[in-house]
Amino acid sequence: MSADTHRKTRPFKVDRDAVVWHGRYEKYDLAKEFLISFVVVCILVAGLAVLFGSPDDTPVTVRSWSNSDAVGFATTAITELDGSSGTATYGPPYNLNGTTAGKLGPLNPAKWLGVHHPIDTANDYVLGPLGALANQPQVQAAVTEYKSASADQQATWTAAYEKAVADAKFTNDKLIVPAGDYGPVATLIAAETAMARSGALDGALLSSRQFYGTDYTKPLLFVADGDYFASLGSAQHLSGDQWGMMNETGQYPGQAWLWLYTLWYQVGPIGSSDNADIMVFSIMIGLTALLAILPFIPGLRSIPRWTRLYRLIWREHYKEVENGGGSGDSGSPPQASDEVRTPVTV
Amino acid sequence: MTIVDPKTERPDQADLDKAAGRPEDAGQWTAKIRNTAVDALPPQKLLPDRQPAYVASWIYVFGVTTIAALIVVIGTGFVLALFGPNWWHVSSTGLFVNSLHLWSVEIFMFAMVIHLWGKFFMAAWRGKRKATWITGVVSFLVSVGAAFTGYLSQQNFDSQWISTQAKDGINSTGAGALFNVTNFGQMLMWHIVLLPLCIVAIVGIHVLMVRLRGVVTPFPAKGETPGGEASAVATSGAEVQA
Repeated sequence: MSADTHRKTRPFKVDRDAVVWHGRYEKYDLAKEFLISFVVVCILVAGLAVLFGSPDDTPVTVRSWSNSDAVGFATTAITELDGSSGTATYGPPYNLNGTTAGKLGPLNPAKWLGVHHPIDTANDYVLGPLGALANQPQVQAAVTEYKSASADQQATWTAAYEKAVADAKFTNDKLIVPAGDYGPVATLIAAETAMARSGALDGALLSSRQFYGTDYTKPLLFVADGDYFASLGSAQHLSGDQWGMMNETGQYPGQAWLWLYTLWYQVGPIGSSDNADIMVFSIMIGLTALLAILPFIPGLRSIPRWTRLYRLIWREHYKEVENGGGSGDSGSPPQASDEVRTPVTV
Repeated sequence: MTIVDPKTERPDQADLDKAAGRPEDAGQWTAKIRNTAVDALPPQKLLPDRQPAYVASWIYVFGVTTIAALIVVIGTGFVLALFGPNWWHVSSTGLFVNSLHLWSVEIFMFAMVIHLWGKFFMAAWRGKRKATWITGVVSFLVSVGAAFTGYLSQQNFDSQWISTQAKDGINSTGAGALFNVTNFGQMLMWHIVLLPLCIVAIVGIHVLMVRLRGVVTPFPAKGETPGGEASAVATSGAEVQA
């Protein structure tokens, strides 16, 4: 009995305290165990890599999107111009146009740090790139006309176009929209679609700040605003109601360890709430904190003892102790089998 | 005469110094750190070749397996880093190395989760091991973050999808202002620099704590009073690790 343990005078609590082992010590070659584990892991990894490889589905570009679904692209582009797209109405950290979604009672943490990645969809996605097009005076004139119009006039044009584009067709490399009074908007969206299909819009969205770029926030959010991207995700069983981002394209296990996070989105009242994201994050922060401080929580820390699975883990030990074997922890002296040496205290 | 420290079974440096006419400067910071470290974790305790008899279950293998898989993760990630983020999209060798990296992560996380649940059902926090448990949980969380940023750094459809889905959850907390999951450059740096450093540091601390406190002893058996021969004084100083 060590001097240290003599100082402990409080009662033994089975879910908090552990007895000191006085029983038998046996040879245990940690280095050998590690090497064998390492070799087994290497073989497993190599085998799985050879058999299954890894997914590498081509990313969606504005070009590929607009070439696959030109009308869908134009439908999204007009919502970026009139400020009704998902990104345009998102709120912080992209802009201040957000609704009240994301509240946790009176708290709205999404707004605490404000706008850090500013996106003005009309200018960043439509007017800016089109305004930078060279040798297209008709498009430049349309941009100037749109910018100089009143907000009400702009809204009238875009509302009319947004309604009409639902019946639009794309034939002979041209976007055909039913006739109507759209002002310069028809020219703008047609030019935007052509620019997207050529691949020039991808470049314009990336090169807006400097030559080298690694921030794909703008093009990614633009792509994600369209139904095309969502339909690809859904076809790959990746949408929120299909356990979302814990999955991966193809039949790969993905981030299976995110199952609990994703689970909450499948729970009706939470998943369908406007505040689902902050609710799920809060639940997970709470559960994670509970897991970390579990040793301090009476009741929760007793679960292992109640479930009795420990008896399976230590079945040999209990068999020996309960059958009156000699390896119990009750003061048995160390019995290294082939040599006498001081055991390592654990 | 060789003086041997019975605890470490090695020549005692202080005695050697004394014999050589070099008095130990006990007040020196370096000497203090060395003495504290060696006292806490002598070589036999740091790398023991004996374990208590109850350490006889397959569940114990998963801790070592987690570390073995982590080394494979780091090794394959190192090769991917050598050739840059575009390499594996344009080279069959690169794609294979990426596959090795992916599957090593899957095995690493699998082994870690089994290890975590195993330790939970052993109530492995008992006996001054709460900090060991907490560092284990933190290791798991940081690993989840490292894997997540890895998925965001793939530069393929999965990255696009995961980042545009995950942004909503992260933005809802306000953290999106600082941790932008749609910024490939930021995610790549977190994935290959910041989080791996954190994992190695925390796992290192965790392993040292395991060696410091040892493997938790079993719950008392049926009819067994904690403390064995000390059971009579279990309420007034039984030999326990509290």
